[in-house]
Amino acid sequence: MRKTVLTCGVILAVGASIATAQKITACGATFPEAVYQKWFSLYHTAHPGVEINYTANGSGGGVKGVTDGTVDFGASDSPMSDTELSAAKGKILHFPTVLGGVVLTYNIPGVSQDLKFSGDTISGIYLGKITKWNDKALVADNPGVKLPAEDIVPVHRTDSSGTTFIFTDYLSKVSPEWKSKVGAAKAVSWPASPLGGAQSSGVTGLLKQTPYSIGYIELLWALQNKLSYGLVKNSSGTFVKASMESVSEAAAGVTMPDDFRVSISNASGKNAYPISSFTWMLIPAQIPDAGKAKAVKDFLAWMLGEGQKVAPTLFFAPLPKAVVAKEEKQLALLGGAGHASAAKPEASEKGQK
Amino acid sequence: MASQAVAPAVVRTRSSGTGDSVARFVALFFATLLVAIAVLLVDQLFVRSAPARESLGWGFLRGTAWNPVTDQFGALPFIYGTVVTSLIGMLISVPMGLGAAIFLSELAPAKISNALTFVIELLAAIPSVIYGLLAIFTLVPLMRTYIEPFLKHSIGQVPYIGDLFSGPAYGVGYLTAGMVLAIMTIPFVISVSRESLMAVPREQREAALALGATRWETTWQIVVPYAKLGILGSVFLGLARALGETMAVTMVIGNAPAVHTSLLAPGYTIAAVIANEFAEAGGKIHPAALIELGLILFFLTIVINGMARLMIVATTSKGSKRA
Amino acid sequence: MNLRTWRLLVNATMLTLTGVCTVITVSVLFVILGLLLYHGASSLSIHFFTQLPKPTGETGGGMANAIVGSAQIVGIAALIGIPIGFIAGIYLSEYEDKRFASFVRYVADLLNGVPSIIIGILAWALVVLPFHHFSGIAGSVALSVMLIPIVTRQTEQFLREVPLALREGALALGASKWKMIATVAVPAGSKGILTGMILGVARIAGESAPLLFTALGNQYWGGLTEPTSSLPVMIYQRATSPYEDWNQQAWAAGLVLIAMVLTANILARMVLAKGVSLPRG
Repeated sequence: MRKTVLTCGVILAVGASIATAQKITACGATFPEAVYQKWFSLYHTAHPGVEINYTANGSGGGVKGVTDGTVDFGASDSPMSDTELSAAKGKILHFPTVLGGVVLTYNIPGVSQDLKFSGDTISGIYLGKITKWNDKALVADNPGVKLPAEDIVPVHRTDSSGTTFIFTDYLSKVSPEWKSKVGAAKAVSWPASPLGGAQSSGVTGLLKQTPYSIGYIELLWALQNKLSYGLVKNSSGTFVKASMESVSEAAAGVTMPDDFRVSISNASGKNAYPISSFTWMLIPAQIPDAGKAKAVKDFLAWMLGEGQKVAPTLFFAPLPKAVVAKEEKQLALLGGAGHASAAKPEASEKGQK
Repeated sequence: MASQAVAPAVVRTRSSGTGDSVARFVALFFATLLVAIAVLLVDQLFVRSAPARESLGWGFLRGTAWNPVTDQFGALPFIYGTVVTSLIGMLISVPMGLGAAIFLSELAPAKISNALTFVIELLAAIPSVIYGLLAIFTLVPLMRTYIEPFLKHSIGQVPYIGDLFSGPAYGVGYLTAGMVLAIMTIPFVISVSRESLMAVPREQREAALALGATRWETTWQIVVPYAKLGILGSVFLGLARALGETMAVTMVIGNAPAVHTSLLAPGYTIAAVIANEFAEAGGKIHPAALIELGLILFFLTIVINGMARLMIVATTSKGSKRA
Repeated sequence: MNLRTWRLLVNATMLTLTGVCTVITVSVLFVILGLLLYHGASSLSIHFFTQLPKPTGETGGGMANAIVGSAQIVGIAALIGIPIGFIAGIYLSEYEDKRFASFVRYVADLLNGVPSIIIGILAWALVVLPFHHFSGIAGSVALSVMLIPIVTRQTEQFLREVPLALREGALALGASKWKMIATVAVPAGSKGILTGMILGVARIAGESAPLLFTALGNQYWGGLTEPTSSLPVMIYQRATSPYEDWNQQAWAAGLVLIAMVLTANILARMVLAKGVSLPRG
């Protein structure tokens, strides 16, 4: 027992000496996890006094965390709904951070080519109507590829996920049957997906290990794990592969509303990638701790500048210039305790409804 | 103290002075604290699950939907998965464990028996997450590549029973989780069964052997029945462990909230869904539904543990030297 | 064949089978250790013990924060749980309040059997919810609740084994009851009691489930009032991630964890096997 007490004392002493840093907690989306972790790491190196501890537990976790106040800010690839916003104690501001694409990744032994998918085939697979890889519809879209006569294993996200939202939002737009049967949300009841993984890492892991599986994950996850991903037919009829260019094009045609909540899936544009999305940091307008508030504000300013240059190295498309400018204006609204400008919806001219 | 020759300088009268009253109070206080913690646990489980219990009612136990978006929650897939994986685990670990316990108590010389038991009990000390780690990278590929296809093509072809071994071979699922649970529960079965067997009076064996029975006949027909209460207790102990096992199962169950007949299919258990979803469950009903699942699991393990305890206590009070 | 031969055959077969069962079970431990050594040893380096984790997708980095975090969380849990368990154990053994004592004993056994994730829910409700954030102390509370019944029962068991003669000797020499407990009974049972504490701490050190939503995790050093990383949770996260080098780190961490847990267990049991000590032991 003496040993335990002694060790405890040492640990506590070490811990206390580290405690002088500004520690900020955040949690949420796994979609942009790699770029956020990179940002926080770079920012910490540049500003050693600020530690941003990010737990990627899914967009649902990010929304919950910022609503309950268990973290300083959240992150989500699905903008908060009106109901979610009203459940929060104070006003929450959406700050888009990067643009990314959700890709259809598959693990088919023997098939290394890029497959082509359309809204019909994807919704067919996830509705359970297309069950084998050599289904007529898939073969028709992929002449010249030898597709095996094996069962398709669709994988889904088990946790509350913005990636799921982006994916189901797209499916709802291209398939009326999907819209009525399943709908778009961070977590849905999957009619035909037996395997589920927690967070993007879980899904990616399952895809890597399970032959003949297909899943929906953010582009970088597929790239970093050397998984094949397919082209998707967009609303103009072109089969597009997800890339920074095709994702940026999806954002180009859409006007950004004042509250920054927008969906860019199934966008028009010749080479727009149809399953693209912004992803947001959910920042409380009033962060009670003045030190933290300043640190968060400074980080966001850095994110809109330096951070945007880092994004392409991880295959995320940077924000359009117009959006950045708009966000910088919103940044001015961020206040710590005592800032009257960041009051709840009724007082603000911008209004969230 | 017996070797101390010097008596205390002052001989005090043996009245319960303030020292004793204080000591008694302190001891009682901490013992009550223990009870208070348990009471608090039950209380919190009830209170925090109230939103779910009120809005979902008894249908919760029968429901099969699990949809956080529409606030539809049903416990059946999780109860089913918990029970099925635990049963598979026990079906494997009980025969094996009893066999090993018999060997260790009847056949092995004392030194070897003690040494081997020591090693086996170390298995019980291995953290669950390490079993999970091993299962993901070693057992799951093995299941997916060899064992499950084999089962599919052998037993899977038999009518009726074959349904238990149908469907794609994912590698994860009820069967894999059951096998991991088997490895995790076997030390408990062996440890307690061995003690129960060893507690059987020597005269019983000697009488049977004197009458001409073989070692096996003596063991199986005399010793084991004599110790059956303790053995049954060990089974329940293992079962209670299996029901509540979280990490290892979460890593290999496949996370599918549905009831599947095939053992090769992915499923879900109560502990696994809480582990996966609790940290980010939002809204009023979702966390409460998860806690309600926890309440069900709590009662399940309490009952089974209670029964195990009764059986084991009964055996050790029957004819052994252990207090 | 006649009945006798048949019986002898059955005898030989069944007894061999029991031996086979034993061999299989015992070899499982060695297979586990072997696999952990094989996969984990190659990733163990000084970096593993001294560096913080790198961002997602980057290779390198270590688990220094998880090791320290585990030490912190388990240390505090021990500070809370051991005293409570110890004194409660003394109560059960020394004060025969008949019904209340058996009730406490019953409750301790029940608490022992509660799945660790349910204990996590309790700690979440008591510590995370009111303070609105995950913290190392919440993890410690969860682990201490698991530790208390273990220490209680072990303390009681080993105190009971102290010979009555020893106690009566002390009382006959004029010691008051509490003095007898403190200076005679407890030291006599100290070996077993200490063993129980070590085993209990080793058990909670390997727990991951109750920390999932209490201490959560952290890329940096955590603390009492912040989310803190821990070795078991890290293993879980790294093992279930798709990145190969993270999987390698999971193996290495698994090796470290099992080395710690098994060493504690082996040491404790060896100490115990030498028998209950008399004072001055």
